[in-house]
Amino acid sequence: MAFEGLADRLQGTIKKITGKGKVTEADVKEMTREVRLALLEADVNFKVVKDLIKRIKERAVGQEVMDSLTPGQQVIKVVKEELTELMGGEQSKIEVNNKPPTVIMMVGLQGAGKTTTTGKLANHLRKQHNRKPLLVAADVYRPAAIDQLQTLGKQLDLPVFSKGTEANPVDIANEAIKQAKEDHQDYVIIDTAGRLHVDENLMGELQQIKSDVNPSEILLVVDSMTGQDAVNVAESFDEQLDISGVVLTKLDGDTRGGAALSIRAVTGKPIKFAGMGEKLDQLEAFHPDRMASRILGMGDVFSLIEKAEAEVDEEKAKEMQNKMKSMSFTFEDFLEQMDQVKNMGPIDELMNMMPGSGKMKGMKNMQVDDKQLSHVEAIIQSMTKKERVEPSVINASRKKRIAQGSGTSVAQVNRLLKQFEEMKKMMKQMTNQKKGKKGGMNFPFM
Amino acid sequence: MSFFKKLKDKINTQTDQASEKFKDGLTKTRDSFTTKMNDLVAQYRTVDEEFFEELEEILISADVGVQTVMDLIEELEMEVKRQNIKDTEKVKEVISEKLVDIYYNEDEESIEELNLVENDLSIILVVGVNGVGKTTSIGKLAHQLKQDGKKVMLAAGDTFRAGAIDQLSVWGERAGVDVIKHSEGSDPAAVIYDGIKAAKSRGADVLLCDTAGRLQNKVNLMKELSKVKKVIEREVPDAPHETLLVLDATTGQNAMSQAKIFKEATDVSGIVLTKLDGTARGGIVLAIRNELGIPVKYVGLGEQVNDLQQFNAHQFVYGLFGDLMVEHNEDDS
Repeated sequence: MAFEGLADRLQGTIKKITGKGKVTEADVKEMTREVRLALLEADVNFKVVKDLIKRIKERAVGQEVMDSLTPGQQVIKVVKEELTELMGGEQSKIEVNNKPPTVIMMVGLQGAGKTTTTGKLANHLRKQHNRKPLLVAADVYRPAAIDQLQTLGKQLDLPVFSKGTEANPVDIANEAIKQAKEDHQDYVIIDTAGRLHVDENLMGELQQIKSDVNPSEILLVVDSMTGQDAVNVAESFDEQLDISGVVLTKLDGDTRGGAALSIRAVTGKPIKFAGMGEKLDQLEAFHPDRMASRILGMGDVFSLIEKAEAEVDEEKAKEMQNKMKSMSFTFEDFLEQMDQVKNMGPIDELMNMMPGSGKMKGMKNMQVDDKQLSHVEAIIQSMTKKERVEPSVINASRKKRIAQGSGTSVAQVNRLLKQFEEMKKMMKQMTNQKKGKKGGMNFPFM
Repeated sequence: MSFFKKLKDKINTQTDQASEKFKDGLTKTRDSFTTKMNDLVAQYRTVDEEFFEELEEILISADVGVQTVMDLIEELEMEVKRQNIKDTEKVKEVISEKLVDIYYNEDEESIEELNLVENDLSIILVVGVNGVGKTTSIGKLAHQLKQDGKKVMLAAGDTFRAGAIDQLSVWGERAGVDVIKHSEGSDPAAVIYDGIKAAKSRGADVLLCDTAGRLQNKVNLMKELSKVKKVIEREVPDAPHETLLVLDATTGQNAMSQAKIFKEATDVSGIVLTKLDGTARGGIVLAIRNELGIPVKYVGLGEQVNDLQQFNAHQFVYGLFGDLMVEHNEDDS
């Protein structure tokens, strides 16, 4: 990553003020300067940063330092709480119209990812509600935009309404709704052309569509890499269309995504979904708290603990720890663990959060590829129940079968088996070390 | 002669239509920046800490980048001390001068021409993250190169995104140039290979190679891109003659990460900065030029075929700070 995380930035400052019982004004001033830089580097709009810093200062000065935290961490805590509050709660529901169809309009700048998101959202709605949404190709300007939506429709086996590039987008939308009513469709998603927020003609076209089809949702699709201009874009679209929510795309990249904060601050509208990859099932509910950590680049144990607490089911984790101690940890458990880890976000982000991982030799340049993880997953999934519980039964011919079934090689299967054994040993050592320490982290693999 | 006069003279010698277009496209960018600067100067009579803080914010709002801004402010503070400047009006010129310094040295050419070979095939590889406008830029570039009398061909190397091949084909038709394509999902390196073969046998002057958008942290996809480049290198010595990274002007600090990693993978030789006709300022190109030495070669100023313009550093600076300069020239007289 190109930027230092906030934790790195704050390290020096934190050292100076450790051991104090109260957070003083001078401490806060020094800390907030670093926080300000971190936020600006993350592309949070400077006006938003200004307001935020002001509130943080007011709240942090004079606070008693909690036993479990250093004054530095105390300030981070305040910062994170402020950020999380600004980001709002989780809200990934699509507003459903009482009288079908429910109409959703996708709007945004060029290249934000509207068409791809249209496909992903349709897929999501079908999975959740078992309904087949109608996709409407209203982008008549970009060459082959209609082809793109039709291809997605084919891949998803969903109907696509289009009238070619000669028709007027407002007419297309109207006719699509008419047809949807006749066909008793429950959902209609209108993919509109990308446009600049300052393009009066094209913004007028969107207003016309809005007033004609009366959508339940107008989702603004925003590229998570957007810089300071995010506020102008979001403000304009919201003023002219009164959007109902935001979809943040390309979050699987390495951007800090400060735009998310800017958009929330100027529109107050919820960010409903996040695009996490190029595949059609990679649309996820948006987690404001995780986003807050990401924007801050908080590479510290503190946030990792929080993450772990939030994601890992307490009881399951205990059960898991016992298993590790007794060496009865199986590939089944391993799969489950992997799922939980994956739920926490991109794996390289997680690696960055591990204490000291930035300094550990070899770790710095280590690139953890999510693809490698999916190989591991495939290998385990190609094992029989028995093999997963009792890996020792895996002989040469079983290995061959597993490799074939998972599309990997015997060498890869061997490597995983060896790593798994070593891991088990290591886990045992680790859990034994932890004995006696109270409140150890309930997070295996560390 | 004052710094501004020199700059203005340089621009006055370039009074073609393109120059006007360039300025028009940057109007919004310029307006907001200059307005803010003037407000700042009007608001503060003396150059003090608060003044610099405000200035810092104005620069950051143009996505210039935190580190660049910090360095710049530091330099300015020293300069102001050295020259004992107290009047905020005077500090304006120093600011603009420093900003220009970041982008180019005065003796440098203000236009970076495309590196094309005479009487032989030139290959241009176009790369970038998703949605920045690679295919559109290629379409526009193809049109312009053809207008210049070159025989142009396109290779549809984005075999991943739905509709990408169709999109390039439409541009090919518009520009009246041939497009070499395979079906969706095929190996991009193979498409490029076939593109080179076809370009050679049909005697093309320029082959523009489209690639799928990819986020720079996707290790495998970046490897795929390196492979595409190797295929080109193997088939034509000295090729690709240009590797253009397309950047979206609305992108913030992540653009630096894009430039760094794409440079590692494909040895980027120039930047196409798109979508500069909105309110975004694309200030990050200053930092990219400064840190990585990659020049901007083209800017996208609108949806029309002719809206892709050669980047002119003088004009870019003029676009950003033009009004300041005019005022200064009036002061001089």
